[in-house]
Amino acid sequence: MARLELKGVSKNFGAIQALNGVSTRIEPGQVLGLMGDNGAGKSTLVKVIAGNFSPSHGQVLIDGQPVQFHKPIDAQRAGVEIVYQDLALCNNLTAASNVFLGREPRLRFGPFGILDYQTMYRRSAELFKSLKSETRPRDIVQKMSGGQRQAVAIARTLLTEARIVLMDEPTAAISIRQVAEVLSLIGRLRDQGISIILISHRMPDVFAVADRIVVLRRGEKVADKPTSQSSPEEVTGLITGAIETA
Amino acid sequence: MTTSLEHAIDRRQHRNLWAWLSSRQVFWVFLAAVAACVLLSSLTDTFATERNLFNVTRNFAFVGIIALGMTAVISSGGIDLSVGSSVVLSAMVTAIVMAAGYPFWLAAILALLAALAVGAINGLLIAYLGMPPFVVTLGMLSIARSLAMVLSGNKMIWEFGPDHEFLLWLGGGATLGLPHPLIAMVLLAVFTGFAFRWTRWGHHVFAIGGNEEAAIRTGIPVKRVKVSVYMFSAFTAGITGVLEVGWLGGVTTNLGQAMELTVIAAAVIGGANLAGGSGTAFGAVVGALLIEVIRNSLILLGISTFWQGMFVGSFIIIAVAFDRIGGRRSAE
Repeated sequence: MARLELKGVSKNFGAIQALNGVSTRIEPGQVLGLMGDNGAGKSTLVKVIAGNFSPSHGQVLIDGQPVQFHKPIDAQRAGVEIVYQDLALCNNLTAASNVFLGREPRLRFGPFGILDYQTMYRRSAELFKSLKSETRPRDIVQKMSGGQRQAVAIARTLLTEARIVLMDEPTAAISIRQVAEVLSLIGRLRDQGISIILISHRMPDVFAVADRIVVLRRGEKVADKPTSQSSPEEVTGLITGAIETA
Repeated sequence: MTTSLEHAIDRRQHRNLWAWLSSRQVFWVFLAAVAACVLLSSLTDTFATERNLFNVTRNFAFVGIIALGMTAVISSGGIDLSVGSSVVLSAMVTAIVMAAGYPFWLAAILALLAALAVGAINGLLIAYLGMPPFVVTLGMLSIARSLAMVLSGNKMIWEFGPDHEFLLWLGGGATLGLPHPLIAMVLLAVFTGFAFRWTRWGHHVFAIGGNEEAAIRTGIPVKRVKVSVYMFSAFTAGITGVLEVGWLGGVTTNLGQAMELTVIAAAVIGGANLAGGSGTAFGAVVGALLIEVIRNSLILLGISTFWQGMFVGSFIIIAVAFDRIGGRRSAE
């Protein structure tokens, strides 16, 4: 059974057709590279999956169950997490605080509760270890490298036991060495059976980690094939329209 | 490989106490305050007298109490310019209600409610209408003081009905040699420090100050937290108002004028970052202490009080300058 399945998803804003009948599926532990030029509908599709928009037509199914998201929180409850391009971290807080932000564990004393830092540090350390990232829970995020910051953002999605993680341009603004670190983080997520949708402009990164590639052009899906059966040249052609479909 | 990774993850950032201490602004400010006290004790024979120290601790307590509230606001990325006016409003409500023959407890509750209302309006306008804190609280600075004038007819009040003596004792007296405002400040500092470090509320205040967008995305009730920090700041101003009436033994409508600047200076010197995201309760208290010691020393050394504004203003600028330089270094 597919972890996530889209059936003929369309979205229009007034007369503008942002998505037109997009169908695809992604299995558990699979990485899907979502590619397309600016305005091709990538962000709209991600926002539909993440519950920011509801589709005008079509269906979204998670583990075979049709879902209807009205707010991002609905999607989160269903196990969909987003790692934003800017990572949405608080630089002034520790790694552990960022991982647990908004879901801080507490030790309860009758009606009162105090933050349970021990659990926060311990759980974050476990998550960083599972990601094989050298990130210390007590360090302030401000002083961290791009790769460590990614690890913090990704550890946050692990904490909620996400089943589908959407990553928006995770390698857009970081150094080459850190790109390798982020790609290995994506690999670790996949190894834990999480389905990942990777939105990226960077062809080499997508080809390095994606199992399948979906190309969107003007709101329509023009390709959906295993990475091994495609090539960067073909995908470039599909994105620009030099190649009609594949 | 695995063991070295685990070792790296489990390692703590600061290896010893000194490394941790010396990285704290509040530690250096504390040293400066202590140094100033030692210096003054040797330079003048008036500083280390019981009478003078009693005055210093009481004066600094009033600034310190509000600096606690201000630190919460500044840490969340805001600013509250209306605290001085909340002080006079709270003080005036206390005075008027008591002068009309009502008991102290009723007057104090009404005074605190008046202050909380000011904070609630500030917070609602800032959080829900997205108005800049500077503008809202600047407007409120004028409104609350004006309201105090309207309520009192701009007259001085110095008779407080049946609980007159109790009020003077509460604000001006001492228990075990400690002035009551100082005790109030210590209690509030402990409470605030605890809330900052150990509650979700504190965690969220600093998260909002660090990256409001991230806080919103993680589902923190950002708007409610923002309203709460302005109400907390107004609450500390309200407490100060009630105590200060008792200390002074009379209220005029110029009480607490320009106090916001001293309070902001105290918070900033104590390590609160005007860009949001950092600040401590202990820092607020130490910042207030340093300002009061310097203020007091100017008087004792015979320097005109006209210079005080110069010092307070320079402190704010210097503290922010240090922050800039430090921030640039860590960003590299």
